[in-house]
Amino acid sequence: MVKVHFRDTEIERPGKITIRELIKDLGLNPQSVLAVREGKLVSNETRLGEDGEIKLISVISGG
Amino acid sequence: MGVHRCRKCAADSVINMPQHRLALCASHFVEWVEKSTLDFIGKHRMFEPQDRVLVAVSGGKDSLSLWRILLNLGFHADGLYIDLGIDAGCAYSKRSGDYVRNFAQNLAPDVRLHILDLASAYGRAVPELAGRRAGGRKKLCSVCGLVKRHEMNRIAHELGYDAIVTGHNLDDEAAVLFGNTLRWDVEYLVRQSPVLPGAALGLAKRVKPLARFYERETAAYAIVSNIDYIEDECPFSKGATSIRYKEVLNSMEAGSPGTKLQFYYSFLRARKKEIFPGYDRPDLQPCEKCGQATGIPGLCAFCRLTDPEKAGGQ
Ligand code: SF4
Ligand SMILES: [Zn+2]
Ligand SMILES: [Zn+2]
Repeated sequence: MVKVHFRDTEIERPGKITIRELIKDLGLNPQSVLAVREGKLVSNETRLGEDGEIKLISVISGG
Repeated sequence: MGVHRCRKCAADSVINMPQHRLALCASHFVEWVEKSTLDFIGKHRMFEPQDRVLVAVSGGKDSLSLWRILLNLGFHADGLYIDLGIDAGCAYSKRSGDYVRNFAQNLAPDVRLHILDLASAYGRAVPELAGRRAGGRKKLCSVCGLVKRHEMNRIAHELGYDAIVTGHNLDDEAAVLFGNTLRWDVEYLVRQSPVLPGAALGLAKRVKPLARFYERETAAYAIVSNIDYIEDECPFSKGATSIRYKEVLNSMEAGSPGTKLQFYYSFLRARKKEIFPGYDRPDLQPCEKCGQATGIPGLCAFCRLTDPEKAGGQ
């Protein structure tokens, strides 16, 4: 399982999918989030391993 | 589909920008952002290499990235942080200020960070100026905007900067444009521009060098440049219409990449052709107290708002 951090939550998802697929599975728009793994930006086309950890960062700011 | 290769080298890309058909690795992305910013500054004649500019920094990804980009490009760019005094149970302004100060610590010694603390300067910060019972977020944000505008102008004028530089990105601009177009608000459409020329009576030139980048690109720049920025939004931005507009535009963008870029760029081209003639700025006069331009005789809106006699009233 892959540990996904998003905002203040942490969830687990099956791996072996691309980050783009993960973002869509979570009901998010690939335009509005970026993925960071071990402190490094990774492209949405990156395929996740069976397990691991990934942080999704919302890029929409408002006001 | 595997990870795209960087267009400039063979490394794995960290970002893919379908609207430009461009995927880049971290170092080539940084290079691309900085070069594109320089081109955009030149194209819109924002400022010249010898100018001194004042970057309005909030602690967020856009303004800190902008400051870093301008310094990397060799511009003389100082920062201005306005402490709005917004707490809302999450110490928002205090934490934002910490990010700004932390960022500024690692800059060359000749780069300055100016900090204005509204509460110490005027006895009241944004929430108090907006009035406790004043109708919620809308009033607060309009007071906040008014205060920021006035104070940026005042400080830029007093310290002799050539331009105020803000971190607005293309998504910000497209969202504003979307709202203005939905209402066909011609007065606002006429004035929406990445460059607002300066004017007499203490109105500084205001420019937006990042207005050509998508929000995810400014965030990506901050991440690959290891800029530590406040990820949380101002608590009062929750439910703002601008965020809903951004979401609408992003869902269109997901289906057809380039939608946002085209929407904004076509507007800039149309604007150049003066499709909205006859909407000139109203006549302005100096405020009796601070001297800054105002549309109404007497005190400007800021001076009326911060009038000490009105403290505690309303
Ligand atoms: S969202 Fe916050 S920072 Fe933005 S205008 Fe409103 S109060 Fe000011
Ligand atoms: Zn490269
Ligand atoms: Zn005034």
